[in-house]
Formats: sequence, C-alpha cells, structure tokens
Amino acid sequence: MAPKQTTLSRDLLIAGVALLVLLILPVLWPSKALSDLIIRVSAFSLFATSLNLLVGYTGMVSFGHGMFFGFGAYCFGLSMQRLGVSIPTALLLTIALTAVLAAVVGAISIRLKEIYFAFITLAFQMLLHSLIIAWVPLTGGDQGLMGGIPRPEFLGIDFGLESNRYAFSVILMIVGLLALRHVAESPFGYTLRMIRDNPERASFLGVNVFRTKLTAFIIAGIFGAVGGVIMAMFVSGAYPEFANWTMSGEGIFMVMLGGISTFLGPTVGAVILSLLNDLITRRTEHHGIFLGVIILVFALGLRKGVTDFIADWFQARRESAGAQLKGGRQ
Amino acid sequence: MLEVSSLRKSFGGVVAISDVSLSFPTASLTAIIGPNGAGKSTFFNLISGGLRPDSGSVRLNGVELVGRSRSDIIDAGIGRAFQVAQIFPTFTVEQSLLGAITAHQKRAQNIQRRFPLSEMRDRALEVAEMLGLIDKLGVTASNLSHGDQKLLDIALALVLNPKVLLLDEPTAGMGPDERWRMIDRVHELWEREKITLIFIEHDMDIVFKIAPRICVLCYGKLLAEGTPAEIRDNQAVIEAYLGTSHEGAVA
Repeated sequence: MAPKQTTLSRDLLIAGVALLVLLILPVLWPSKALSDLIIRVSAFSLFATSLNLLVGYTGMVSFGHGMFFGFGAYCFGLSMQRLGVSIPTALLLTIALTAVLAAVVGAISIRLKEIYFAFITLAFQMLLHSLIIAWVPLTGGDQGLMGGIPRPEFLGIDFGLESNRYAFSVILMIVGLLALRHVAESPFGYTLRMIRDNPERASFLGVNVFRTKLTAFIIAGIFGAVGGVIMAMFVSGAYPEFANWTMSGEGIFMVMLGGISTFLGPTVGAVILSLLNDLITRRTEHHGIFLGVIILVFALGLRKGVTDFIADWFQARRESAGAQLKGGRQ
Repeated sequence: MLEVSSLRKSFGGVVAISDVSLSFPTASLTAIIGPNGAGKSTFFNLISGGLRPDSGSVRLNGVELVGRSRSDIIDAGIGRAFQVAQIFPTFTVEQSLLGAITAHQKRAQNIQRRFPLSEMRDRALEVAEMLGLIDKLGVTASNLSHGDQKLLDIALALVLNPKVLLLDEPTAGMGPDERWRMIDRVHELWEREKITLIFIEHDMDIVFKIAPRICVLCYGKLLAEGTPAEIRDNQAVIEAYLGTSHEGAVA
C-alpha cells in the first residue's frame, strides 16, 4: 500500500472552487459586515496557517509570530507612503525584507529549544513593538501610520474600490494557502514533521536540522507578513497592536481552536475567533472574559482543535470500516 | 575497513573513552561488550558523529571522519540504530523509510514536488521486506510492537546503504523468544548485505553464539579483543565482566 499522496491538481481544484465562491459571495449576498469579516479572516488565516508551519509541522512554538504580521503591515504601508511604489512592488519588497528579518531572528532563536525558543521570539517581538512605539517620525508611534496608505491603480485596477480590495485580499489568501499547502506536502514539509517527531534521529539520517528549521521560520515569517499586508490594506494603516504580543497570542489561539493536525485547522480557527470577536464585542465590553473562558475550555477541557476532532472521527470510521471488511473476509 | 586509533573522550573529569584503537575489516561482524558505563554507547557516538572525540582518529576506507559533519559521516557510509528505538512516531513504516531515503539523497529541502518521491519506493520496500516489515508498511510507527520499532530503527539506518552498521543493543527490552528472532534477522542481514556490522549486546549467549569477534570495553579502555573462545578464557574479562558463573552458559 503506497502512502497517501496529495496531488497539486486536486489542491488547485479546491483552491479554484474556494476562490470562485469567495469572489461570488459579495455579489450574491452584499453585506459590508460579511466582506469585512472575510478580509479579516483572509489576513488571520495566512497568519495562523504560517504559524502552524512552525507549531504543528515543526514542533516550534513561537510566541513572537505577531512580529511578522506587524512588520508586514508597517513595511507595506511605509513602502506605499514613502516610496510611492505600486501595490505589487510594495508586496514584493515586504516579502524580501521580511525574509531578511526572519533569517536574522531565526538564526539566533532556532539555536534555542522549546520554552527558550518561545521566549526569545517573544523578546524579539517586544523589541519590534517598542521600536514602533518609539520611532515616531517613521511609524507614527502609538497612533500608528498616519495619513492612510495610498491605493494607486495598478494595470487599470482601482484599489480605491472596496470590491477590488476584497478580491485582492481573498486572492492573496488563496494563493498563500495553496503555496503553504504545497510546502507542507513536499519532501521539505515531511522533513519538518520528522524534525518535530525526532530531531536527533532526523540528523542521523543526514537532515541538516538547523537549516531546515531556519527555512521553515523564514517561510512562516513571509506568509505571516502577507497576512499583515492584507490587514494594512483593509484598515489603510498599520498600528502597534499588529506587532504586539497579543497578536501572537491570538495566532496561537486560532491554531489551538482550529486544530494543529490538519492543514485547514488554523483557517477554521481564524474564522471561529473572528466570529467570536464580532459576536462578543457587539454584546459586551468585557469580551476578554468570555474569550478567556472559551480558551480555557479548549485548552483544559478539549485539548484538541475543532478539525482535530473531525479528523479523528474520520480516522476512527475508516479503521472501523477496515476492521469490518477484514472480519467479513475471514 | 573501519579503523579507530587512539580515540579519547572525556566529560569534565570523567574519561569515557581512553586511547581505544580498534580496526573492523570490511564485512566483519563484531560484538562490543562490557559492563554498564564502560563507554560502549559513547564509542558508537564517537564513530557516528554523535559526539566529537577529544583526540584520535576514525577512518573509513582511509577517509578521516573526525571533524566532519554528521551528515558527511552518514554519506561516508556509517549508519546506526539506537538502544532505545529512535523512530518517527506519527509516520507510517513506509513514510519513515521514504523520509529517510529522501533525507539521505539530499532532497529534504525539496519544495517543488510532493512527498513521497516515487523513485525511492523500491529501496524502501526492499528494506522493509528484508526486515520483515513489509506487512506493516501502513502501520503508524507508534502503534508497532517494541520489537518492530527496533526493526524499524535498524531499517532507517539500512535504507541509507551504509558500509558500516552500528547496532546499539538491538535486543534491549525484548523477551527471550523475541531476542532470538531479532538476532537471527540481524545475522541474516549481515550475511546478505555484506556490510561491516558492529553491535553492542549484554546477552552473552547471543554474543558468543553469533559474533566471530568480540571486543571488551571496561571503564573506557579496551580490555580485550578476540574470538569468543579467547574472550571466554581471558582472566581479565572474567574478573571485570563475565564472572565465573557464565562459563557454563557460554560453553
């Protein structure tokens, strides 16, 4: 029996259908609240899925992934404001600079293990957050980037139109998720799983554990930053909260809520958390208490994410069907 | 030929391996024995790149291995299995073997294609067949029996086509029947693959039965080496490790 192999064509088909549905949805159901929700989910989905490349696939729990979300938002916003470049150029510049930042932070952090790794990534994030607050002439300090982010036309596409910004966000999300899925299912993705399961054994098979982890850290950083770009486009600005430790906390919660063992788990987590945030903040100003209770229920009570439960249920069903088939043959 | 010369390793003030020199001819089968703390696993770690020696030399077919990366040492032809099976618990047997081959063939960083790479399957199946894991290809490693996990650990080393295979207590934690099944497989493997096989073992019945050559380590030093008969009659080995009660058992 050959191991199950996912195919790119299958993933492309699923991504194409999802993109089509997301693009048609605002036409069929015009609602500002819905399109805003989908844009925010697009940003958080990339952010949480890229975090899960570290947490779920590599076993590296980063407490500082929000650093890349914030860096992406500021980098994109500043490129647009100060350099006057087009949106794709600003996006590429953001990706390039994030790769450099992730390489530097990763090269230092990855040498540490477990809780020390988690704390050093948190320390880097707090450093970036402090820098954003303190460097007022560049970042606008605690007020965030002032004056909004310009939205120049590109190839005749007017990004001043909300519908175009919506399309830009969902396309970025789908393309980003597709790329991350391909990485996760590649030999590199399985090497990450080997490192997660047993780094010592992996190294005795010839895996360069440090280099592989660093590559994963850079890839995760880049896609986390693309999430920040979507958010910066959406709010037409960048704010210190994007790079605060609470952003990393929310990312970890999305991963936990949605599930770490399936590729789409973090996206499901992003949807649930965004919905919860909307529903709870609409009804009470003490939303933190309610979210806290929900986090406790998941962390202490369930100890698994939503999609983990679904995956386990399918697995149990498959095994039961297999056992019945075997019994029938005997 | 694997040649170890004047190998030395200490941890703080404790000398774990002290000026050990040994050579292992190509396609030979050698057992390493000695009391707990003798430095046997450290000796394996020094050969396989798990630890760097303080001084000394490890040469495989004339190529110096000391100072080279773990990956280079594996490429040179040193493979190893561990005292406690080192496997990938969430991988199936087949995924584990394919992952090992992928890593060894420097394709671990490949993001262009999807895993598994089909061209690697033949070798994975060949090794699984050789070690009796062919019916368990789809079983998740953590669900395997203890014995099968040990076999998978050996298989992970074997798929890399090593010239020298180091087995650290392949029968550790097994019942008597399972031990003999395992050692029969190891012996078959050695005969079939014609590799240099060095194994650490505490069960003297097994050692004296299958190893044509035995090396005895004690407190980090090479106490003796020779045929089973020579070791059995060696007074220093009897005093330090075997004791007199074993003479009947190994006869």
